[in-house]
Amino acid sequence: MDLNFSAEEIAFRDEVRAFIDANYPAHLKGRVLREDLSKEDFLAWHKILGKKGWSAPAWPKEYGGTGWTATQRYIWLEENARAETIPPLPFGVSMVGPVIYTFGTAEQKQRFLPGILSGEVWWCQGYSEPGAGSDLASLKTRAVREGDHYIVNGQKTWTTLGQYADWGFFLVRTDPNAKQQEGISFLLIDMKSPGVTVRPIKLLDGGYEVNDVFLENVKVPVDQRIHEENKGWTCAKFLLAHERAGIAGVARSKRNVERLKAIAKAELGDNGAPLIQDEDFRRKLAELEIDLTALEMTELRTLAREQAGRGPGPESSLLKIKGTEIQQRLTELTLEAVGNYAQPFPRALGDNEFAVGPDYAGAAAPIYFNWRKASIYGGSNEIQRNIIAKMVLGL
Amino acid sequence: MNFDYTDEQNMLRDSIAKWAAGQYDFDKRRAALANDEAWKTNWATFAELGLLAAPLPEAQGGLGGGPIDVSVVMEEFGKALVVEPYVPTVVIGAGALNYAGAAAQKEEHLTAIAAGERVIAFAQAEPKSRWTLTDVATTAKKSGAGYVINGQKAVVLGAPQADYLLVTARTGGAQRDARGVSLFLVPKSAQGVSTRDYPTIDGTRAAEVYFENVSVGAEALLGEADAAAPLIERIIDEANAAYCSEAVGCMRMMTDLTREYAKQRKQFGRAIADFQVLQHRMVDMFMASEESYSIALRATIKLAESDAERARAVSAAKVSIGKHGRFVGQAAVQIHGGMGVTDEMRVGHYFKRVSMLDATFGNVDFHLKRYTALSAAAA
Repeated sequence: MDLNFSAEEIAFRDEVRAFIDANYPAHLKGRVLREDLSKEDFLAWHKILGKKGWSAPAWPKEYGGTGWTATQRYIWLEENARAETIPPLPFGVSMVGPVIYTFGTAEQKQRFLPGILSGEVWWCQGYSEPGAGSDLASLKTRAVREGDHYIVNGQKTWTTLGQYADWGFFLVRTDPNAKQQEGISFLLIDMKSPGVTVRPIKLLDGGYEVNDVFLENVKVPVDQRIHEENKGWTCAKFLLAHERAGIAGVARSKRNVERLKAIAKAELGDNGAPLIQDEDFRRKLAELEIDLTALEMTELRTLAREQAGRGPGPESSLLKIKGTEIQQRLTELTLEAVGNYAQPFPRALGDNEFAVGPDYAGAAAPIYFNWRKASIYGGSNEIQRNIIAKMVLGL
Repeated sequence: MNFDYTDEQNMLRDSIAKWAAGQYDFDKRRAALANDEAWKTNWATFAELGLLAAPLPEAQGGLGGGPIDVSVVMEEFGKALVVEPYVPTVVIGAGALNYAGAAAQKEEHLTAIAAGERVIAFAQAEPKSRWTLTDVATTAKKSGAGYVINGQKAVVLGAPQADYLLVTARTGGAQRDARGVSLFLVPKSAQGVSTRDYPTIDGTRAAEVYFENVSVGAEALLGEADAAAPLIERIIDEANAAYCSEAVGCMRMMTDLTREYAKQRKQFGRAIADFQVLQHRMVDMFMASEESYSIALRATIKLAESDAERARAVSAAKVSIGKHGRFVGQAAVQIHGGMGVTDEMRVGHYFKRVSMLDATFGNVDFHLKRYTALSAAAA
């Protein structure tokens, strides 16, 4: 066992770092508040990486992956977090892409994978429904086969950034008489299809990040179904396991710890000395860092397992729970750090013309409130604990 | 011992609840937040209901009540998520006038406050002061019979609605000295006062307030020059006790809303309230709300005690309620699932409010330090 990088790995890190320095768009540096980003902003780095062939490092090489080792992928994430890049959105690269190359036909792979790699096609997720959240398999959106099409009717919700999406991947019920999990299919739907309506949902931080998606007699060609009819749950579970693995966000949290330290150096504590010297604050920061270190080692162990050809198992639920708890604690501590300036919310005036207080303060409260979503999405942390209880501990 | 409210206090509570149910429900409140003038209607109603007069002396048109009356108002305001600047005006502004005002100042301002004709905001915090009351860089230099004020005040709650500003300014001493801090009551319309108004994330209104060579007469000084620190400490304790009661109202609502939601939300073929892991969390929310009420009540009663007793009781309440508020808010959102993070559901708005109350006049860490220091001094 050895925790140090090899000479080759250090050379790789330097190469990656130089590439990011040379190619990351200058106008996007330091942009952290997602709701301030345009569609072009979200895609800019993805498109650059697409040209370089680095947009999907985790994919098998034959489908456009980089062929990097787990350690190299870890370095890649670290360097991106360090430079605070806006990473490729997960919906294409991390979610539907792996489903397509794992379960799709040769024709489907050829049709859909290139657009995901290049960043030309924006994907969104149609999983949850108003009545099917934690209990995803109870979904009701109905797809009825008519010749070489399905006719789809229903409502999806919490579709993140669906307002920009070109395509969506949807779980639909194709057999209402089968057992819940056995009557579901996985469909790819062109969001421009007649009958698709996207309605943004306002969140408590004032932004619009998620959407309701209404499907009314939407005609979907059968060749846009991935895997067999009524086998969609297999794809769904596969995708959720992948989603959870990426959800830990260790590299980003490490970067946010550094960001928080910088804030705590700039802010004065209750005794007039920099907040970073405040005993109470320091202790909380140290505890957070230690928990993050333990999570990082756990993630590395999981990566090593994957490298050895054993895919993400139910242990990925651990990464989801611990990762999101740490992310939320970071937002909490940042909120504490900015003191009185947590309160102003000039964004409610509909413009960002002036910030109030130091430039790092304005986003602290919106991010704190927004980030409560992390312990809810991707399978709530309660559901993740159920998964560990059942699948790992055999309870 | 007696933990009963008086008939008058119960009537006060009922009258606010009735007003809120009719005139300040969630949709009406939302509409009011988007309108710069809507608060005036509500403020006039507060005057009619006697809420503004409740703790004020009878000699100036008040009802002669005390902190318990304020706590009753604030708990109801917490339940209704009232955003009007009640504490800055009635608790802080009127409190300072009552304790330190000259007869003429009391007569002029307290009468107007009771009648709903005066709104006061507390221009105290500064960009770098955090919550340290005596960290005052704003200066008031003697000039003839009066003073000239210069400086910037941060996140002044209620300043957009206010017509007077209660300002802490340094007339002597170094930036963090207790000695040398004075209190002034300055018309917002005074030459040289400018504001940058903005909403806060929980729907109240605030401003950055700038004083540029603002000349005020000797009559603007409230109490003795250089010696306002103990008074500021006292009125902020009173404000914090009031805010603690408001937080209790928020917590009780979150606990109730979450329970109701969990009973009607079905997943896996049954109400999510059937799941023991959620039941226990809701029990913890309930216990946190009850403990918060207890310690807020204690702080309110102790406002009448010695400076040290009062301060320790208020800091204890701020610590306890800061922690409980965070727990209850986060749990309430979590149990509501995705709906909890939407603007459409009330629960998130209570969560935002309790979170910002923690960030007002000292958070958990600030008051834990203050409590520890006061306890050490008492030992």
